[in-house]
Parts: sequence; structure tokens; C-alpha cells
Amino acid sequence: MSTTNTRDLARPAPAKASPAKPRRGLRGSPTFNFWLFTGPFLIGLAIFVYAPILWSLWLSFFEARFTVTPDKFVGFDNYTYMLTNDDFVGSLGTFTAFAAFIVPTTWALSLGLALLVNRLRFMRAFFRSVFFLPTACSYVAASLIWKMSIFSGVRFGLMNTVLDWFGIDNIAWLVDPNPPWYWVVIVSARLWLQSGFYMILFIAALQNIPGELYEAAAIDGAKPGWQTFRYITLPQLRATSTAVVLLLLVAAYQAFDEFFNLLSKTTWGRPPLVELYYKALGESQDYGAGSAGAVILTVLICAVTLLQGKFMGFGRGEESK
Amino acid sequence: MSAMSSNWDRRSILRAAAGLSAAGALTACGGNNGRSGGAGSGVNLTQYFHAYGEAGTEQAIKKYAKAYAKANVTTQWITSADFESKLFATLLTKNAPDLFEFHPQIQMIKSGQVADLTDIIEPVKADFNPADIKSHTVDGKIYGVRMIDDPQFFFYRKSMLEKAKVEVPTTLDELMEAAAKLTTGKVKGLYMGDDLHSVISPMIWSAGADTLNEKNEIAYHTDGVVEGIKKMRKLFTSGDLLLGAPTASWDPSSLNQGLCAIQFCGMWAMPAIQAALGDDWGVFPFPKTIDSGKPSVYNGGWSMFVNAKSENIEAAKEYVKWLWIDQKQYQEEWATSFGFHIPPRASLAQSATKLKSGNAAEGVKLFNEFGHFDNIGWTQAMITALEDVFANSVRQNMDPEAALDKADTAVNRELKKLFG
Repeated sequence: MSTTNTRDLARPAPAKASPAKPRRGLRGSPTFNFWLFTGPFLIGLAIFVYAPILWSLWLSFFEARFTVTPDKFVGFDNYTYMLTNDDFVGSLGTFTAFAAFIVPTTWALSLGLALLVNRLRFMRAFFRSVFFLPTACSYVAASLIWKMSIFSGVRFGLMNTVLDWFGIDNIAWLVDPNPPWYWVVIVSARLWLQSGFYMILFIAALQNIPGELYEAAAIDGAKPGWQTFRYITLPQLRATSTAVVLLLLVAAYQAFDEFFNLLSKTTWGRPPLVELYYKALGESQDYGAGSAGAVILTVLICAVTLLQGKFMGFGRGEESK
Repeated sequence: MSAMSSNWDRRSILRAAAGLSAAGALTACGGNNGRSGGAGSGVNLTQYFHAYGEAGTEQAIKKYAKAYAKANVTTQWITSADFESKLFATLLTKNAPDLFEFHPQIQMIKSGQVADLTDIIEPVKADFNPADIKSHTVDGKIYGVRMIDDPQFFFYRKSMLEKAKVEVPTTLDELMEAAAKLTTGKVKGLYMGDDLHSVISPMIWSAGADTLNEKNEIAYHTDGVVEGIKKMRKLFTSGDLLLGAPTASWDPSSLNQGLCAIQFCGMWAMPAIQAALGDDWGVFPFPKTIDSGKPSVYNGGWSMFVNAKSENIEAAKEYVKWLWIDQKQYQEEWATSFGFHIPPRASLAQSATKLKSGNAAEGVKLFNEFGHFDNIGWTQAMITALEDVFANSVRQNMDPEAALDKADTAVNRELKKLFG
């Protein structure tokens, strides 16, 4: 009863006002309201997202060195150059290896954390915050901490000090690519930075699973633990899992900050965006080739996302639940 | 109810995250382009400097700017690791600096990014080091005013070499041996930076080769250079190199703190090293890469350029002339009061007493005897190509010939664009 009252009180005006006013002023027009609310965002989107995308598409057909307003049309030359460029194609390979590892690992780690935190009986808020906090840390700051203090190559770096206790020689984690220790640094930094955020998504989804399901399962004889997790929890998390995998995949494609900071001036361990950065924005200033690479990358991301949506049913998640 | 609130949680978090990233993007757009708050004289100029490591340098540059009456000069002091990319990117925009320091590179002239400064240099041309004039000249026009010359060489701890009974190396092989003998549990023999970038050109020159020849053709792809790369690979994997040090090789801290016995660094570091180590140090040039080679020193340095697309070219030129040509007192202070640099002007070099004794004098001697100046035709894209060779064949195990072939492709692509 009290709820009904508050609702009525909360929005009495629009319900009565619109029929009482036959003359629909500009402010009452739903079209106007639509544009009023979406307009600023759309303008921002157009200026900061769509215009640059179109511009880069245009640039990719020109020889644009040291300028973003070129006049020499070169057709598909930039595309040929990028697709036959070992570095760029190699970086796509690097990315694939990286994504194939980091996406499932982050997914599993954040789901594990969510399950643990969700079962806590006390200090839940505390642990939730503790695991979420790294999300607020900047990638650059984390990279610097990882590079300068934890994985510093000198004898007093944190990891080298630990190794020293076991009599193992110093390792130049980020400098010497054989063996490729740098992946340890990059993967650990990324897991630390990202898991907390996806953990929160999973906690929200876990709390959305009705308790009755577990009760019914228990009555039907499902054992708590693995069986319940496998047949109740995991299927119920399907929509969230799909979203998380999608977000992780896009994040992996867009990996830049920690690679750029941890592996500066290398020819290995470069994801596509870092490669493009060096190509276009860095010192060679080849905007044509860079844009062509960006277009190739965009097409790839779109294709993979659509495929993944098709296989895992993104967007159908809510209904199929 | 719990379901509702968790839904709300999730959405609000996503929304908050989106909001945060949008806010981040917006603040990033703001930035200080140094054009605001222009009071007084009317003309506002912005200049870019890379962050010099020595204390007092930023204040000095700002002091000079403030002392100039005819324009408001704002300085942006940019972390050295980001300097090239930030400079190159902003030069394409309206926020570009009116004047900036950099090295002479011909692509900036070919693409019309830097203004012709011949008229302000011509009257004092004879006072400048001829090599510095040559490295800034294209088709008879001079495009930059050299502020400082910075020779780069090895610095070593005398006491450590004596203790290990090591002579000052004169060949790359001897350097490798020295590094091995000097390496102990706590000290590494040699430090040349993690990426080894600063020794690339010296290694090439000491192998009797060059980056480009007189006709602007590739001159680095020789047997001597290949041999040098193989030696560098051996050195890199020997365990005698200091790798992953907290400071880059332009910073003498690794030598000063006893992390290494020999470090590749530059003339600028001398005051800091003197303060930390007293007289327990000396310098030597990059030794002979192969027996038929010759020791070499890279005479780097920084020059002032004027942005050709600036709205205030004349004002910017006037400021460059005022500070870097007329104000000799400031020029001397800039060259010798913080780090040590060799003034490119003969009149100043003669009066710079701080450079006349001890290791500083030795540095000047190496500069004159073994120095190689910038080649204006050797551009950033080519520099990067050889950096990739070192990354591939020294830090990784790629065949040097294959790596050099790859660099040839990149360099030839660039040469073709610049010289046809």
C-alpha cells in the first residue's frame, strides 16, 4: 500500500498534465525530448568517434606522411603494404596468442573471486572493495610499479630478491626476450588490473540467481559443490559470461598501455595498436599506412565480435535465461 | 529486492565507469597549450623542451623566457621518452609549439615543418662550429640554431678497473673481456641502456662504416657491422651487462650508485659523476668494433627550430636570435652550469673555463678527435630501422644479415621518399 502511494506521489505531474494540455508545445514533444537527451551524446559521438573513423578511412587511401590532409591518392597501396608487413601481421599473431591466454584466464580468475567473495559471511564489502580497487589504478601507473619495483632487472628488484633466496640468478624480466619472461610481467599486471571489475559483474549475476533453484536442486538430490556449480550456477551465469568474454576480447584487442610502457622500444610483444602507434603516430608519422592498419583491425574486431555473438548468443541472453 | 539492488549495482557501476572514461577523455582534451593568460606584450609563444635531467635546467629555460621583453614565452617541459612522438604529433595540429628543440632531420624540412633561419645565423656563421652549420644546412639554407653539443662516450670507475687489473679497452673484444672481469656478485661490468640504442651509431662508425654515404645511400650494411652486431649479441647474452636498471643510460645514477663499473653516457653527466665519485672516474670513446676500425664518439646535441606553420614565425625567430645568438651569458650558463655541454660557438667554447681541465678537457678532446656529427639526411624512420636491427639481432637471436636486409627495405623506402 505504502509503495503505491509513494509511486503516485513520485510522478503525478506528467500523467495529468499531458491530457490537460491539448496544445503540444515544443517541450512536450517526445521527438524534442528524444533529441534533447540523446543530442549532446550523439554530437559528441559524431565528433569524437565517427568523424575520426571516417577520416581515417579516407586517409587510408592516401599517402599521408607528416600530414593529415593529404592529396596524393594511392588506392589500396597502404592496405597492401600493411598486409604484407611482417611486423603488423606478426602483431596480429601476438594478439591472438595473448587473447587466447588472457581471456579465459581473466574469466576464470574473476569468476573464482566472485564465488569466493559471494560465499563470505562477514567482511564481504571489504573484500569486494579490496579486489575491485586495482580497477581504479591507471595502467600506466601499474606498469611503472611492475617495471621499476616488482620486476626490476637488478638484484634488488622484488622478484629477483625472492629468487635470490632460492639461489636463482637475477632475471632481466623485461629486457632479455629469451626466454620470454616479459609475458609473466604483462599477464600478472593485466590480471591484477582487470579481474576485480569482472568479479563485480559476476557477483551481481550470482546474486541474481534465485535461491529457489538451489533449493529445488538440493531436493532433487544435486550435491552441493561441483555438481550444483556445473548445472545451476554456470548456466545461470551464461548471459554475464558472454558479456564478460566479449568485453575481455575487446580489451585484449585494444591492449596498449601496459605493452607500450613495459616493452618500449622492442620488436616483439607488440599488440596491433602498439604497432599502429609506432607506424602512424610515433616517429614515422605515416598516417596513411597507419589508418589502413586501423581499418583492418576494426574489420577484424567487428568480425570476431559478430561471430562470437552468433556462437554464444549475445543479446539473446536475457530471454534465454 | 536483492535482485533489484544488484541489478542497480551493476548498471550504476557500468554507468559510472562510462562516465569516468568520458571525463578522462575530456580532461585529456583540455591540456595546457600555453596560449592562455597572455598578458603584457601581446605576442604569445610556446616552446617545447625535452626534460633535461639536471636540477635547475627547467628553471633556467623559464628564467630566460621571462627575461625576454618582446613576447610571452611559455615552456613545455616534456618527459624525454615521449618527446619525439609528442613533438611530431603536435606539429600537425594548431596546438603546435612556435619553437622547439630537436635534432636536424631532413624530413621536417621537406615537409615544410621548420622555418629557414639563415638570416639570423648568417651574421655569426663564422663563430659556429662548421660541422654544426653543415649538419643544419640543406641547399644552402640553415634551418636550426645549435644550442649545445653533447659528445657521448664510456665512463668508467678507475678503482674498479685497477682492482680487476683491467686496462682501458681499445677494441670491442677488450671491452667484452673487461665487462666479464669487472662483473662481480653486486656489480655488473657494463651498462649501455636496456635497448642499447645509444651505441648503435658509434658501433657502426667504429666498424669503419657510416649510416649513409655522401650520396645519401646506405653505408651501414658492411661485413664489419655484421661482425659488430654478432659481438654485441655475445655481450648481451654474457650476463656481464647491467639490464633492467632503474634509470636509463642517459642518467649516470647506475655508475654513481655502483651498479656497474663502466657506463655509456654523455658529457652532460660529468658534474653529477664528479659530485658522486670524486676523481675516481675517466672516459674513453667507443672502441674499435673491428681491428680495421677507428674509435668513435657521437656528437649529439640539441638545436632550436622554428615551426614554419606558426602564426608568429617572425616573433619566434626573433626570440631564437635574442636568446641563442645574442645572449652569450645565458648560452654559457646553459652549456656549463648544469650538465656539461660543449658550446657550438667558438667564442664561447674558448671562454668556458669549466671545460678546460680534467675529464671535461678529455671529453672535449674526444669530441674533436673522434666525433661524428648528425647527418641531416639520417631521419627518425631510419634511426628506428636500425634500432629494430639491434632489437632483433642483439636482444633477440635473428641473423644480422636478415635483420639488416629488413632495415635496408625500410631505409630505402624512406630515402626514396626524401631524395627520389
